[in-house]
Amino acid sequence: MAAFAAPPPVSASAPAPPPLTLLNVSYDPTRELYQEFNAAFIRHWKKTTGQDVAIKQSHGGSGKQARSVIDGLGADVVTLALAHDIDAIASSGLIAKDWRGKLPQGSTPFTSTIVFLVRKGNPKGIRDWEALARPGLSVITPNPKTSGGARWNYLAAWGDALKKNKGDAGARALVEGIFKNVPVLDSGARGATTTFVQRGMGDVLLAWENEAILALKSPGGDRLEMVAPPVSILAEPPVAIVDRTVDKKGTRAVAEAYLRYLYSPEGQSIAAQHGYRPRTPEAAKVRAFAPVKLFTLESVFGSWEKAHAAHFADGASFDRIYQK
Amino acid sequence: MLPGLPVSLGVTVAAISLVVLLPLSTLVVATGSMKGAAFRAALASPRVMASFTLSLGAALGAAAVASAAGLLIAWVLVRHPFPGRNFVDSLIDLPFALPTAVAGITLTTLYGPSGWLGRPLEALGIKVAYTPFGIVLALVFIGLPFSVRTLQPVLADLDPEVEEAAACLGASRRQIFLRVLLPKLLPAWLTGFSLAFARGLGEYGSVVFISGNMPMKTEIAPLLIMTKLEQYDTAGAAAIATVLLAISFLMLLALNRFEAWSANPTGRAR
Repeated sequence: MAAFAAPPPVSASAPAPPPLTLLNVSYDPTRELYQEFNAAFIRHWKKTTGQDVAIKQSHGGSGKQARSVIDGLGADVVTLALAHDIDAIASSGLIAKDWRGKLPQGSTPFTSTIVFLVRKGNPKGIRDWEALARPGLSVITPNPKTSGGARWNYLAAWGDALKKNKGDAGARALVEGIFKNVPVLDSGARGATTTFVQRGMGDVLLAWENEAILALKSPGGDRLEMVAPPVSILAEPPVAIVDRTVDKKGTRAVAEAYLRYLYSPEGQSIAAQHGYRPRTPEAAKVRAFAPVKLFTLESVFGSWEKAHAAHFADGASFDRIYQK
Repeated sequence: MLPGLPVSLGVTVAAISLVVLLPLSTLVVATGSMKGAAFRAALASPRVMASFTLSLGAALGAAAVASAAGLLIAWVLVRHPFPGRNFVDSLIDLPFALPTAVAGITLTTLYGPSGWLGRPLEALGIKVAYTPFGIVLALVFIGLPFSVRTLQPVLADLDPEVEEAAACLGASRRQIFLRVLLPKLLPAWLTGFSLAFARGLGEYGSVVFISGNMPMKTEIAPLLIMTKLEQYDTAGAAAIATVLLAISFLMLLALNRFEAWSANPTGRAR
């Protein structure tokens, strides 16, 4: 207790500025991306302002992370898997409601999509979404109720059926067929990857493109192969400043610079190296992305709010798959 | 009044309030914000009911297995000195010390379809990981120390001479167990059972890895609490938690009553 009672000695001449720290609360598969990006931003910030900044990261299922921020985890910025989770934080008053307009491209500095990861040589010949519903196939995906990535998986399959003019009934049949083939529902994307790669469960893993690229480079990756479906969803994982925190801590300037740096040539190039689809054509040259016809969530489902209410809310279409 | 009673009573009540009652009352307050109908609706969904059935069944089954195995282990540890007994004795507590997630991941690696034990078992047509059986297995692992540790001191206090005397008087082995040993062991045995059960009912970390988490099939109630929280449904989560809490509390309360009764079955003051 004595340590708290005695104030630390303060030098009278130049009061040192308080050390700057940022907490980036992010979703599951972005660990490696932000490790590298943070180091780049720290260098950039030191060079342009002379200030040192320390950046802490927190990762987990997107919904759980949003929940922690709402419950008081002091995030300066959130970089989550889907807009719905940031909207949830915004509706608790921590983030301004118009957060999507504050940064370019709807506050989404890079995008991704959903692809298939299969065993080497693609022994089951899986090429498109319809193949996933074949009886006897084993499909690994996390739980759409808890995982942002899994919601994109689900919506990608649903949207693919709609694009083929099969209507809502056809889409429901396809998605039901796929989830009938799912033997394990992990709560997050990284857990599902472990189940598929490490435990050897399943014939195909539905994964973020960046997570698939990372898995191919990880131990055991040489026994895997990535299959890009002809059509998939444009997954947009957005970013936002947590207004309440940065105003209290006085970190708004550095937090804003941090998120804006994601749009810089260096930020875009790091994102591309980690398998995220960058916004700038220059960064897109870093790696060859599979030619997938991408549709946006808005073009098929209207908005996250509508997609959530129709598919993922309690008693909505995902729950009904299991309650027959 | 006993000297020092006000102080010790005050400290006890304050400590229990801070550590136990305050967090629990928050839970009840969170649930209390729901209307009765909403509370019932949150619990009545087939998915929630299925998770309760699974959690209760698995916790009961696991507590029964842990109690049976625990009696054997405690018996051997108390009655049969063997080399390395102290070492084995300290192994018993490991499930307490090991982070439950580690236990879950280890069990899944062992019993998964490509695991050391999982592969040969699967060849025999027995699936462990990602089935209710896997859940019971994880809960037995977690619950075993409760059973062993509650039985050990009681067994150590039992004088083997009493059993010998019973044998001399012509009691069969079965009679010795049922009429001499069991009455002495029963309270501790039941305590171990209920502790293992209550612990198993709420266990999350070790189970989510091995269960497969399929709605209606292998989704335990604590996982559903997490799921509801991640869907921003705090009230629904609190409703499930309140029910789990009530079940555990009733179980422990019944046990306390039974122990009081078995210590003094006639109810007369001694």
